[in-house]
Amino acid sequence: MSKLFSRKSKQAFLWPLSKNNPIMVQILGICSALAVTAKLKPALVMGISVTIIIAFSNVIVSLIRDTIPNRIRIIIQLVVVAALVTIVSEILKAYVYDVSVQLSVYVGLIITNCILMGRLEAYAMSNKPWDSFLDGLGNGLGYAIILVIVSFFRELLGSGTLFDIRVIPASFYEAGYMNNGLMLMPPMALILIACIVWTHRYHNKELQEK
Amino acid sequence: MDTNSNSYTLIYATIVVVIVAFMLAFVSGALKEKQNANIELDKKRQILSSLQIDTKGKDVASLYDQYIVKGLVINYKGEIFSESKKEAFNIELAKELTKKVEDRRLPLYIANVDGETKYILTLQGTGLWGPIWGYLALNDDKNTIYGVYFSHASETPGLGASIAELPFQKQFIGKRILNDKNEFVSIAVMKAGKKAEGKDQVDAVSGGTITSKGVEAMLLNCIGQYVQFLQQPTTGGMNQ
Repeated sequence: MSKLFSRKSKQAFLWPLSKNNPIMVQILGICSALAVTAKLKPALVMGISVTIIIAFSNVIVSLIRDTIPNRIRIIIQLVVVAALVTIVSEILKAYVYDVSVQLSVYVGLIITNCILMGRLEAYAMSNKPWDSFLDGLGNGLGYAIILVIVSFFRELLGSGTLFDIRVIPASFYEAGYMNNGLMLMPPMALILIACIVWTHRYHNKELQEK
Repeated sequence: MDTNSNSYTLIYATIVVVIVAFMLAFVSGALKEKQNANIELDKKRQILSSLQIDTKGKDVASLYDQYIVKGLVINYKGEIFSESKKEAFNIELAKELTKKVEDRRLPLYIANVDGETKYILTLQGTGLWGPIWGYLALNDDKNTIYGVYFSHASETPGLGASIAELPFQKQFIGKRILNDKNEFVSIAVMKAGKKAEGKDQVDAVSGGTITSKGVEAMLLNCIGQYVQFLQQPTTGGMNQ
């Protein structure tokens, strides 16, 4: 076990969860974070799908990293990612049809998520499969956490529901409370992410630029 | 080995693409049947939803067989082409709508809910970002709405997408598609507080004006195609 979780492996997994979070620190994958976070459920499924795809594409690319011709490495990485995304989307369609309907085009758009290409190019191309797997898992979860936080606030304040279950009591509405429609618009996701980045940097002084 | 030579690069790319192509073809082939079954079940679920039948956690296929007693394929003049449930089910209205109105084949389902006959019409239109569609069930007076179901491909969540939610759909129950003179006028989808002249109306989705207008246009166009059939005094072999 000690070999499985060496310091390097641990770091590969834990680093992207906070100190090197793809969304909060690297500011990658912002577009999908804006698009799928209006409701919690699609955001969660998206987070899980991205995690699985990053982890496995990292392993595959890491396994074949020594054979990939340097000049076409990006294309090969893209082919690996696209194949995995297509398989995941086909499986979703066959086994959880209602979720795949909800996510519609966003599953296909995972291919263009910059976190994926970033991890493949920066980590999987130069590290062993097991470490790459943990790195992918860490980055995927780091991405998923932010998506869930953002969609929690957007769904709660924008629709008054969580997982489509009403949580703000009807008496609030009778007293004049109103859902904030602005929360459902993509710009609010950007503002929420900015607030998260702000809080995160406030607590992690070393991330603040001088 | 020199992994940067031209021939290596070419062969490598070819092999990778062929492997991936075979893999995807295999996955797609293996899952095709399951996916088609899902799509079919989903359509049956949608049709049943217009009858306000709760399908959650139930066997949709057997519920469908139980409630939907007959399917008809008709044209806009009200002539019946086929009385096969399967044929009606297999028609894709979106494709039919690209044809000229005389050539369209329209699906119509006849349901039996607690001994009462309901007519289910298929709807297809456009919202703000993409297609919207639905099913509309009429009572046997062929005028009063028994229930509706709407869905959409990509309307804005929380705004236009609310047309797929019950509060919006419940408004349609009991509305009439004909006016007092028995002329077809459809249903108006109006901003809250505004009044439509000479027809029944429902409240539009706030923040989803274009989607709401899309629903209104879809109702007018699609129910319109069935009007001649619905206004026939005798409806050919349906009094079993």
